[in-house]
Amino acid sequence: MTRYILRRLLQLIPVFFGTTFLIYVLVWAVPGDPFAGKCGQAACPQAYVDLMTQKFHLDDNIFVQYFKYLGDLFTGDWGETFNGNSVGELIGNSYPITLRLAVVAVAIEAVIGLTAGVLTGLRGKGFLDNLVLVSTTFLISLPVFVTAIVLQLVLGTELGIIDISVSDNPGFGELIVPGIALGSLSMAYVARLSRTSIAENRHADYVRTAIAKGQPRSRVVGVHLLRNSVIPVLTFLGTDLGTLMGGAIVTEGVFNINGLGGLIFRGIQNRESATVTGVVVLLVLVYLLMSLIVDLLYAVLDPRIRYD
Amino acid sequence: MRRSRRLWGSTVVVTTLSLALAACGGGAGSKAGAGDVDPDGSVSVYGTEPQNSLIPTNTNELGGTKAVQPMFAALVGFKGDSAQPYNLMADSITSADSKVYDIKIKQGWKFHDGTEVKAKNFVEAWNYGANAANGQLNSDFFSQIEGFDQVNPGKGKKPTAEKMSGLVTKGDYEFQVTLTAPFSVFSTKIGYTAFAPLPDVFFKDPQGFGDHPIGNGPMKFVSRAAGQNIKLTRYDEYKGEDKVHFKNLDIKIYAVQETAYQDLLSGKLDFIETLPPSAIAGGKYKSDLKENLVNGHLLGISTIAVPYYVPGYNNPDLRKAISLAIDRDQITKKVMNDTYVPADGYVSQGIPGYRPGVCKLCHFDPDQAKEYFKKSGFTGKLTIASNADGGRKEPLVAACNSIQNVLGVPCDFVPATDFGQWRSIVTGKKLTGMGRSDWSADYPSIEDFLNPIYKTGASSNDSSYSNPAVDKKLEEADGTADKDAAIKMYQQAEDLVAQDLPSIPVWDEKGVAAKSKNLKTGGLDFRRLGDYQSFQVLKK
Repeated sequence: MTRYILRRLLQLIPVFFGTTFLIYVLVWAVPGDPFAGKCGQAACPQAYVDLMTQKFHLDDNIFVQYFKYLGDLFTGDWGETFNGNSVGELIGNSYPITLRLAVVAVAIEAVIGLTAGVLTGLRGKGFLDNLVLVSTTFLISLPVFVTAIVLQLVLGTELGIIDISVSDNPGFGELIVPGIALGSLSMAYVARLSRTSIAENRHADYVRTAIAKGQPRSRVVGVHLLRNSVIPVLTFLGTDLGTLMGGAIVTEGVFNINGLGGLIFRGIQNRESATVTGVVVLLVLVYLLMSLIVDLLYAVLDPRIRYD
Repeated sequence: MRRSRRLWGSTVVVTTLSLALAACGGGAGSKAGAGDVDPDGSVSVYGTEPQNSLIPTNTNELGGTKAVQPMFAALVGFKGDSAQPYNLMADSITSADSKVYDIKIKQGWKFHDGTEVKAKNFVEAWNYGANAANGQLNSDFFSQIEGFDQVNPGKGKKPTAEKMSGLVTKGDYEFQVTLTAPFSVFSTKIGYTAFAPLPDVFFKDPQGFGDHPIGNGPMKFVSRAAGQNIKLTRYDEYKGEDKVHFKNLDIKIYAVQETAYQDLLSGKLDFIETLPPSAIAGGKYKSDLKENLVNGHLLGISTIAVPYYVPGYNNPDLRKAISLAIDRDQITKKVMNDTYVPADGYVSQGIPGYRPGVCKLCHFDPDQAKEYFKKSGFTGKLTIASNADGGRKEPLVAACNSIQNVLGVPCDFVPATDFGQWRSIVTGKKLTGMGRSDWSADYPSIEDFLNPIYKTGASSNDSSYSNPAVDKKLEEADGTADKDAAIKMYQQAEDLVAQDLPSIPVWDEKGVAAKSKNLKTGGLDFRRLGDYQSFQVLKK
């Protein structure tokens, strides 16, 4: 097991360098003048261009630029935006909010998705099964920004149940509706995944054995069936937490949440390359770590899986 | 750079009666108190993240100006409703020859940290802003002052002086400015925020100052959370006439304009200076807002540049044909839903020196257009290019259709991905057809509509227009000390431009803003900035 973990951690290194380099090049080396349009109808004054070129090492070769950036990154310096804010500080302020939002979304996915999946999986065909099938198809076909804007307009503007935008430092309560918008797509997948998994395992030998032993139904379902059926769902939820951190870009934009997604959203709008690079690098790290944790959880849930 | 997107509320919509009635909600017993103004109320306005540090010489876009403008008081202020300049911090500005200006400032004004505003605060701030070593965005605003080329010599050269020789402090409350050439509009130009004074503490730590700016304006800095908000509060010892009538200003930063608009409708946000395209479409904003609609008049003008360097475009008859083929009335009504009015000259309506109908060829006349087009002998395709976001595309597509229908020549809209890419095409002289060329004035003067756009080699001369007669007239006007005489000469220059049609004036933005039901009054100024002094908050 230890060897496996070590090997996986070592694999992270080339992946980290590869992705961060790609991001850096995509953000900074796009053709075109980074100062075009920054000063309205006229060109920027030369003095300003010179100062910023120096600050962001823009006259260096892209590889040199990248390694200078990495060097700063390893000393804990995420760089600065054009307006002099520390990107590290911006991330520090934003990530707890995004984490809260992601937790809300995952909780909604897990609770509603799993319940729907387990119920339909156990009962088989019928009204409930059809209802879940239709509603999940509906959710999957809707892009997140549509769900978010519809929820905002209907619940916020028309009915006045929720606030249209959340406060600067939102609590869990305020994040429920954005969480639903963010998690709706994955919730549908979770419901379908767990339904299939339960339906398959329901007729497995070990379930029949457990029933034959005379165990109560709640124990058969709750312990034997669920534990085995939940493995693929858990994988999905785990990687999804990573995806949600980035997928929140649209949702956070719509509900004006000051999380990492909102940070990228504004970064792209204002062409703040330093912010975009910094946050995406962080998301890469989160994603890599989440997939590692999920792989390790496999072994915990299913003793048959061995990694050596 | 010369494109501040701000404004002084030209029209304050006073809807006292209807608001008071609305506030009462029909309940006869609750009349007392409703409709009263709360002098210590709070106002929240729509904001975007400032793109630079909050220093006047480094702020040139709307997001930062919203905070910087109320924090600083320049020598000259502009009236909210008429954009008329008046002496704000200046006691007097005198000049015999429009070249040497003697400026006296009012005594007893204080910065928010309690130190007195003296002449040296202006001189040092201007020297700082001009110096190339500081890389300030607004450095070009100081380029007319003598000695600018020593502190800011241009690309690849090191400054040879720290201070501009044209600025001389003469005592605590007086200083003298010498320009390299006469410039009669200088006394209006110094109303731009970049000319604000900076306190002594700034020069000790400019970096730290950006995090906690200290100004001399009607509002002082409280706090700022990056990406979330900027909070200001009233500076009670302020002596200027543009005092504000509420206590706290909360500039709330939004990622999406639509969200801010929805917040405004629900009363969570009090003012937004521009409406999202989704609200303008179909005139939806009129029924959404009703009496909370705030009409202003922005000092700006939208034109379509017809660059001389594009093959076949150096043809006066073609220019005339295109101009006459655009149905401005229909487009401003149907496509822009009355947020713009048709333009009839090169100067925005409401500017001293504006004359209606200067452009003789800026109306819709299909027959004459066809005639001119025949005369031009132009063959091929016409295109209009622009960035397509923010509702820029639709009116230009309509203009193209109008041209195509009248002249029978194919006309296409060519989109650019964003404003940045769009401007790099224009400044790189890489247009392959016509292009959108919009202008917003930094200060309300006819000069700002001509010099930066139509002078040979000017910073925003998108058409690459060059007419020695225009250049000469403009120089003559710059050097005329008498204001009215100078305006006459600028008008003559405008007439010359209107004959050549280097760019085709199309429309003039009205400026449609919105306030919430919590505000009794709220205006919009010529820079597309909330006219804070007109804001009055209703008692809750």
